[in-house]
Amino acid sequence: MLKSKTFVKKTRSGGVMKIVREHYLRDDIWCGSEVCTGCKQESTVLQKDACIESNLCSYPHYLIPDTNVVLHQIDVLEDPVIRNVIILQTVLQEVRHRSAPIYKRVKDMIHEKEKHFYTFTNEHHRETFIEREPGETANDRNDRAIRVSAKWYSQHLKPFEADTEGLKVVLLTNDLRNKQTAEESGFRMSSATVFIISGEEYIKSLIANPELVDRLALSNDEKVTNEITSSKLLYPEHLPLSRIQAGIKSGSFLQGTFRASRDNYLEATVFVQGEGEDGTEVLLQGLQNLNRAVHQDVVAVQLLPRNQWVAPSSVVLQDEGAAKDDNVDEEEEENTLKESATESVRKPTGKVVGIIKRNWRPFCGMLNVSQIKESTRHLFTPADRRIPRIRIETRQAATLAGQRIMVAIDGWPKDSRYPNGHFVRSLGSAGEKETEEEVLLLEHDVPHQAFSQAVLSFLPKMPWAITPEEMAKRMDLRHLTVCSVDPPGCTDIDDALHCRELENGNLEVGVHIADVSHFIRPGNALDKEAANRGTTVYLCGKRIDMVPELLSSNLCSLRSNVERLAFSCIWEMNHKAEILSTKFTKSIINSKASLTYAEAQMRIDDTSMNDEITTSLRGLNKLAKILKRQRIEKGALTLSSLEVRFHMDSETHDPIELQTKELMETNSMVEEFMLLANISVAQKIYDEFSECALLRKHPAPPPSNYDILLKAAKSKNVEIHTDSAKALADSLDGARVKDFPYFNTLLRILATRCMMQAVYFCSGMDSDFHHYGLASPIYTHFTSPIRRYADIIVHRLLAVAIGADSTYADLMDKHKQSALCNNLNYRHKMAQYAQRSSVAFHTQLFFKSRGILNEEGFVLFVRKNAIIVLIPKFGLEGTVFFDSKDKTAPNIVFDEEGPTLTVEQHTFHIFDKVKVTISLDASNIQHQKIRMALTEPVIPGVSVPVPDVEPQAKKPKLDR
Amino acid sequence: MAGLELLSDQGYRLDGRKATELRKVQARMGVFAQADGSAYLEQGNTRALAVVYGPHEMRGSRSRTLHDRAAINCQYSMATFSTAERKRRPHGDRKSTEMSLHLKQTFEAAIMTQLYPRSQIDIYVKILQSDGGNYSVCVNAATLAVIDAGIPMRDYVCACSVGFVDETPLADLCYAEESVSSLSVALLPRGGQIALLQMDARLHQDHLEALMEAAMTACKGVSKVLDEVVRQHLQEAAVLNVCP
Ligand SMILES: [Zn+2]
Repeated sequence: MLKSKTFVKKTRSGGVMKIVREHYLRDDIWCGSEVCTGCKQESTVLQKDACIESNLCSYPHYLIPDTNVVLHQIDVLEDPVIRNVIILQTVLQEVRHRSAPIYKRVKDMIHEKEKHFYTFTNEHHRETFIEREPGETANDRNDRAIRVSAKWYSQHLKPFEADTEGLKVVLLTNDLRNKQTAEESGFRMSSATVFIISGEEYIKSLIANPELVDRLALSNDEKVTNEITSSKLLYPEHLPLSRIQAGIKSGSFLQGTFRASRDNYLEATVFVQGEGEDGTEVLLQGLQNLNRAVHQDVVAVQLLPRNQWVAPSSVVLQDEGAAKDDNVDEEEEENTLKESATESVRKPTGKVVGIIKRNWRPFCGMLNVSQIKESTRHLFTPADRRIPRIRIETRQAATLAGQRIMVAIDGWPKDSRYPNGHFVRSLGSAGEKETEEEVLLLEHDVPHQAFSQAVLSFLPKMPWAITPEEMAKRMDLRHLTVCSVDPPGCTDIDDALHCRELENGNLEVGVHIADVSHFIRPGNALDKEAANRGTTVYLCGKRIDMVPELLSSNLCSLRSNVERLAFSCIWEMNHKAEILSTKFTKSIINSKASLTYAEAQMRIDDTSMNDEITTSLRGLNKLAKILKRQRIEKGALTLSSLEVRFHMDSETHDPIELQTKELMETNSMVEEFMLLANISVAQKIYDEFSECALLRKHPAPPPSNYDILLKAAKSKNVEIHTDSAKALADSLDGARVKDFPYFNTLLRILATRCMMQAVYFCSGMDSDFHHYGLASPIYTHFTSPIRRYADIIVHRLLAVAIGADSTYADLMDKHKQSALCNNLNYRHKMAQYAQRSSVAFHTQLFFKSRGILNEEGFVLFVRKNAIIVLIPKFGLEGTVFFDSKDKTAPNIVFDEEGPTLTVEQHTFHIFDKVKVTISLDASNIQHQKIRMALTEPVIPGVSVPVPDVEPQAKKPKLDR
Repeated sequence: MAGLELLSDQGYRLDGRKATELRKVQARMGVFAQADGSAYLEQGNTRALAVVYGPHEMRGSRSRTLHDRAAINCQYSMATFSTAERKRRPHGDRKSTEMSLHLKQTFEAAIMTQLYPRSQIDIYVKILQSDGGNYSVCVNAATLAVIDAGIPMRDYVCACSVGFVDETPLADLCYAEESVSSLSVALLPRGGQIALLQMDARLHQDHLEALMEAAMTACKGVSKVLDEVVRQHLQEAAVLNVCP
């Protein structure tokens, strides 16, 4: 059994602990090359004909990149041109410790057959393992291990050189010292020749792909020489990790996630996780204190002395214009931040002293082509405003201008105003719908590639039919008058309903949900893909499915007049909507009609119709009203947010009409039964699996969240109580102002903004299950398995609970489930953001063709230099700024307490009615925005005249 | 920092073994002349010493006397220097009491106790160095000691731990690998009877079969090594007896 003969003890000491580990060295690790006849390997990865056309290497060769080359040149390594690469275990381990995303990308490449990447387990190989020598650092040892392995390969393949037109091994290293050491140690002179080439030289030498050079990351040495070096260091030095760790331990530094401000590039917060749930936020202001941290990095911060604490500014500042020289100070702009704030609003303020973990990803954005014509160095502006501008080097600036591109950050030296990066790929012309959609999907990390062959292989074979065995296991409900009610154009029908009178006079109500878990079996590629996607993402006019279309729009979709598998929840209720019994069963249904909300409403209202479907709907509607009343009596909130819908032109897919979604009785009818099913299922799976039920909770917001709502209501002499959900619901119901019918809706919109996000969680990992908004002690998602992965898990749990399916390991593992919940919560949040961005983009398209409009709106928020206005007609929110740089600023006074904003003589309160012009500002193609300007009330020098002609000259700056 | 990768994509574990490979086992029998039987066993970095006295008359309280078979008395302990952290380990703490009990149960199943009614067999095991799989190493060492004492057993009793990582069972866990859900099996390999099965962690039943399979194979592997040790020992003893 045991192959190894020798073994070496490795000693790792940290603190006073001495850890002794065994290390078995093996003789049975093969080289993975096709040409080798000495190794007894079953399959080979590296090809005999390993040709990459390069000026430097005219012979076939295998590449061995060192850790830094992998970390920095990953974009190049991913190019299809690069093949036959040996990834050493040492390198892989170092990459794993330094960057999780890159590690994943390397692993993906290794799995890709066409790339011919081979992992050589050099640390366990008897001839390539080396011990750390006294006085040698871990890094040096690893570098040496890489050199030893490269040499081993070279020697190992030497005998076959003749048959392979001189196959050689090329070590790629950017580290000059490593290269020198390698050369000194007689690498070239030894009988086995290893060629050592720096990563950049090698890539530059590639004949086939000159554009690869653009993707080359700048190495540290090059940066030093290329940079406009100024004697003045722009940023303080980052502390080494050891000192950071010591500082965190002693409490002098805090560790947290860096969150840049969207509105102000000179401001950020660091969220420091505290004991348990709560955490604190540390405010950072000014480039020096931000100290090269990028959004989402994990950083160490040091608090400033109390007397230097500041308040978050409500000023909006964008880093715009031409590249600033590295030594130009930003004092002017930074000064605008500094103002005396009252003691109460000051927040803990600090500065970044070191970076614990970078969280850089490729960013979408656009190139600001340098004004110097010959320059190859340009600034790149990311679409995400929280990301700083990045300096990149490219020879294709002319082609890339006007395109959306992706750029990766390579590093941020302390003497450089901007981080350095390199071009990754182009996404297409800016402003085009396909490009913009791609950008918003990428920016919100929505997986949107076509489903892979592996995933599709787990789909049922067509033609599909229900087998007799399946039939025997399920309850046959085909005779019931089941129908579905959905928005128009819905093809992924998750749910269907029925209601009928029983012989004993009670009512039987059934909610039938698509049985997706029948088709998606745990652990296969299809399941993994769905779990990763987490949710279907709905953009305007486009849907990114969580599961392949065959399932989402056909086999799982509960369409009318076809037999479909369902998971049914059936209640017996009396006419007071009291539940007498609940039954869950897998079933077969045959829906009699797929209706839209409007069609269902029409049937209910039309007294001449008395067919079975209509009676069923009326029964449902009657019960739903009772259920809703009961729910509201218990304190459930009915909040409001304006949702808009676009009517798309069927050919151009451009929005031609914009409309706020209207709600009908039937909307709430369906919703009511879905809530009921979800609550019933939640209770059932929790009873059965107290440790691993997947539930959904909605925490009560902290009281301070309500401040703005209370202030706003008070300004209209309305009192809102927020001590409980019930009190809030009741006081919102009672909040009316004479001659202001829209007031209540506005208040509800504001209340919605005060709420917390509802989240999925695993019952074994939490104790607070309460759903605040629904006023339910327990809740989960069961009713939309086609478009939400959480529902699939809940289906599986419920199926086990009723004995219809068996468990599997991950389902019963609360830690794995908790990790899944985290992913689902993240995906849902991102999907929501993506959806909002899509609406915003389509709103812009809509206004593009409309010219300038003059509309009525209401002030929703008051800011220090602006008001935020809601236009109910379009469900559109925009900002009206009062201080623009090219005009003499009007006299503005902001009162925190109101909050009110006085511009010249006029004072704005929340909920004030105003009139604004709406137009599209396309001056910045990357951030096209809806621009609003005040027309009413008329404030001389501030408001604009009511438009009747063409718009006047654009204001380029300071618009959102 | 990323945690330890217990099993690489290439199928190698932290210490270079493949999933089903055991650590190197080395053992010596008859290390002490005074005792009736003794053995020293190394399984990787875990080292144990086992000493057997008996069968002899019941000592101490007579009430424990069994009239149809021998009573087995096991005592397990750990040397203060056996782990990375030097710790004073008082006798009879809960962990060692439990381990003693497990050993007792194991050997009651393996030793032919009915041959020695009203007598007692003492088995003392000490862990000298600990690097995972303490129970298994104790069982294996004690088996050799019992054989050295010439006490008849139904079969060798061999023990091994197995763990479950990335859908793969790992045999003979070292300390760093013991964080995963694992089980220990003591097996009488010839008949395939299980003398003791112990598992503290949660494991889904779907995985149990695969894990048991791996454990049995591993135990059989251990038994082969032990068998060799015994034969070697006998040969040496025979040589000594022939030409003194
Ligand atoms: Zn070979």
